Amino acid sequence: MNKKPKLTKDMFLPVDNDFKEAEKIARPSLSYWADVWIRLRENRLAMIGLITIIVLIIMAIIGPYLNGYTFYEQDFTKKNLRPNAEHWFGTDSSGRDLFTRAWYGARISLFIGFMAAFIDFVIGVFYGGISGIRGGKTDNIMMRIAEVLYAIPFLLMVILIMIVLERGLWSIIIAMSITGWIQMARLVRGQVLQLKENEFVQAATAMGASTSWILRKHMIPNTMGPILVNITLSVPTAIFVEATLSFLGLGIPAPQASWGTMASDALGSILIGNFYQLMIPAALISLTMFAFNVFGDGLRDALDPKLRK
Amino acid sequence: MFNYSLKRICLALVTLWVIITLTFLLMHSIPGNPFAQEGSMPKAVYDNLQSYYNLDKPLLTQYGLYLQSLLQLDFGPSLKSSSISVNDYIKNGFPISLHLGAQAMVIAITFGLIFGVIASLNRNKWPDYVAMVLAIIGISVPNFILATILINYLAVEWQLFPVATWKSWSHTVLPSIALAMMPMAYIARLMRSSMLEVLSQDYILTAKSKGLSRYSVIFKHAIRNAMLPIVTVLGILIANLVTGSFIIESIFGIPGMGEMFVKGIFNRDYPVILGSTIFYSAILIFLILIVDLAYTWIDPRIKVPGGRK
Repeated sequence: MNKKPKLTKDMFLPVDNDFKEAEKIARPSLSYWADVWIRLRENRLAMIGLITIIVLIIMAIIGPYLNGYTFYEQDFTKKNLRPNAEHWFGTDSSGRDLFTRAWYGARISLFIGFMAAFIDFVIGVFYGGISGIRGGKTDNIMMRIAEVLYAIPFLLMVILIMIVLERGLWSIIIAMSITGWIQMARLVRGQVLQLKENEFVQAATAMGASTSWILRKHMIPNTMGPILVNITLSVPTAIFVEATLSFLGLGIPAPQASWGTMASDALGSILIGNFYQLMIPAALISLTMFAFNVFGDGLRDALDPKLRK
Repeated sequence: MFNYSLKRICLALVTLWVIITLTFLLMHSIPGNPFAQEGSMPKAVYDNLQSYYNLDKPLLTQYGLYLQSLLQLDFGPSLKSSSISVNDYIKNGFPISLHLGAQAMVIAITFGLIFGVIASLNRNKWPDYVAMVLAIIGISVPNFILATILINYLAVEWQLFPVATWKSWSHTVLPSIALAMMPMAYIARLMRSSMLEVLSQDYILTAKSKGLSRYSVIFKHAIRNAMLPIVTVLGILIANLVTGSFIIESIFGIPGMGEMFVKGIFNRDYPVILGSTIFYSAILIFLILIVDLAYTWIDPRIKVPGGRK
C-alpha cells in the first residue's frame, strides 16, 4: 500500500522566485563568427596553422630587408656558400643571398596564392550566384558550360596557357584563374540553391528586393563559411601549381624569385652536393601547404553545424 | 541508367571537342614562327616546311585537316624531328607511363586504405596521429621535392635503388613511391573520416549487438561501406597521377609520355604538346566517365537523375 505523504498548508504557498530571473541570459550572446572562432581556437593544429600563416606573411613583408642584400645582386666570389653569419641561408650558384631570396620568393608565392584564390572567389561568386538565383534555363546552360570546362585537366590547361602567354607574375595568375573559378562557382551555386528556398529570401523578394541585393545581403554572408574554407584550401593549390610551372621552366622569369623557381634552380646544385639549397624553398613550400591545409581543415570543422555542441 | 550513361558519354565527347578546339587555337595563337630557331634557311626549304605542316593554309582549313586526322587517330608529325610522328612518341611512351601510373595507384590505394583504417580504429591515439601526420606531409610536400629527397637518400647516399632511368623493376620503385605519395595521403585522410562516419552508423551497432566478431564488423561491414567515397575521388586522383607523372618522369629520366610532354614544352614542339594534351585529356575524360558510371553501379543508393526508381 502506498503511504500518502502528509500535506501541509505551507506546501501550497506561491513560490517567491522571480521568473524573470530564470529567463535571464547569463552569458553574452555570441554571433555566428564568434562561435566559430571559439571552436577554431580549441583546435590546436588549426591554430598552429594560423600562426604559421601570419608569421609567413610578416616575413614576406619584412624578410627581404633584414640583412642588407637584394634578391638580384650577384657576387660570383661567393657562390654556393653554406649558411653562415653573413648569409644566413647561404648563397646560390650565382652568389645571391638565399635568405633575402627566400622571403622575396615568399612574397611572390603568397601573392600568387592569394591573388589566384581571390580571383577565383570573385568570378566564382558571380557566376555561381547568378546561376543559382536565376535557376531554370539560365542555370542549366551556365552549369553545362562550367561542367565542360571543369572536365579539362587543370594543370594541362594552365601549362598550355603559360606556353602562349609571356612568362610573368600576372600570366601565372591569369592562367590559374581561367579554369580555377569553376569549383567555387559550383560550390556557391549549390549553396544558393539551398538558401533560395528559405523564408528570409522569400520575405526579401516579397518586399521587392532586387536580385543583387539578395545576393549581397542574404546569399553571400550565409555562404561565407564554405567559401572561406574553399579559399583557404585553394591558396596552397595555387602555390603548388606555381612550383610545378617553375619546374617546367614556365614560372617567374629571373632574376625574380618564387619558391618554385628557387627549388628548380637548386635542383641543378644537388649534383655538386648542395642539397640544403633545395631544402630551403622545399621546407617553405611544405610549411605553407601544411599551414593552409590544417587551417582550412580546422575552419571546415569549426563551421560544420554537425559538430556544434 | 541507360539515359544517364548516354548523357554522360555525350557530355564527355563535347568536352573532348572543346579541349581539342581550345588547344588547337591556343597553339596557333602563339606569335612568331615555329621554325625561327632553326636559323636562316633557303626560301624553298621554308616553303616546303610550311606546306608539310599545313601552315600555309588558312586557320579554318588547318583546323579541319587536324580534326580529320584526329578522327583517324593520327596526331601528325613532330616539329623538331620530322621523321618521328607524335603517334610514335605515344606508342613508345604510353606503356611506360601506364606501368608507372598503375604501380603508383596500387601503392596509393593499398597504403592509403591501410593507414586510413588504422587511424580510424585508433582515433585520437598515437597510430592515428602518426598516420595523419604522414598524410599531411604527403599532401604538403610537392612531388618534385619528394622525388629529389628520395633520390638523394635512398639512391645516392644509401644506394638501395638505382638513381634514374627505367630498366628493371628496382628502377620503378622510387618513381612509383614519389608519384603515389600525394594520392595515398589523400585516400588515407578520406578513408579515416569515412570510416569514422560509418562506425557511428546504426547498422554497425546492430552488427556488434548481434555478437559478430570485431574482425567481421570491421572488414565485412565497416570497411566495405567506408570505401564508397574513395571511388568518387578516384577520377581526381588519376588526374593528379597523370600531371604528377610529367615531373616524376623528367626527374627520373623515364622515357614515358610525361617526359615527352615536358620536352615538348621546352622545345616548343607544338604538335607534340597539342597531341599529348588531347591524348591525356581523352584518357582522363574516359577514366572519369568509367569511375562515375561504376559508382552508380557499385552503390545502388545513389539516385541517378532520370533513372528508374
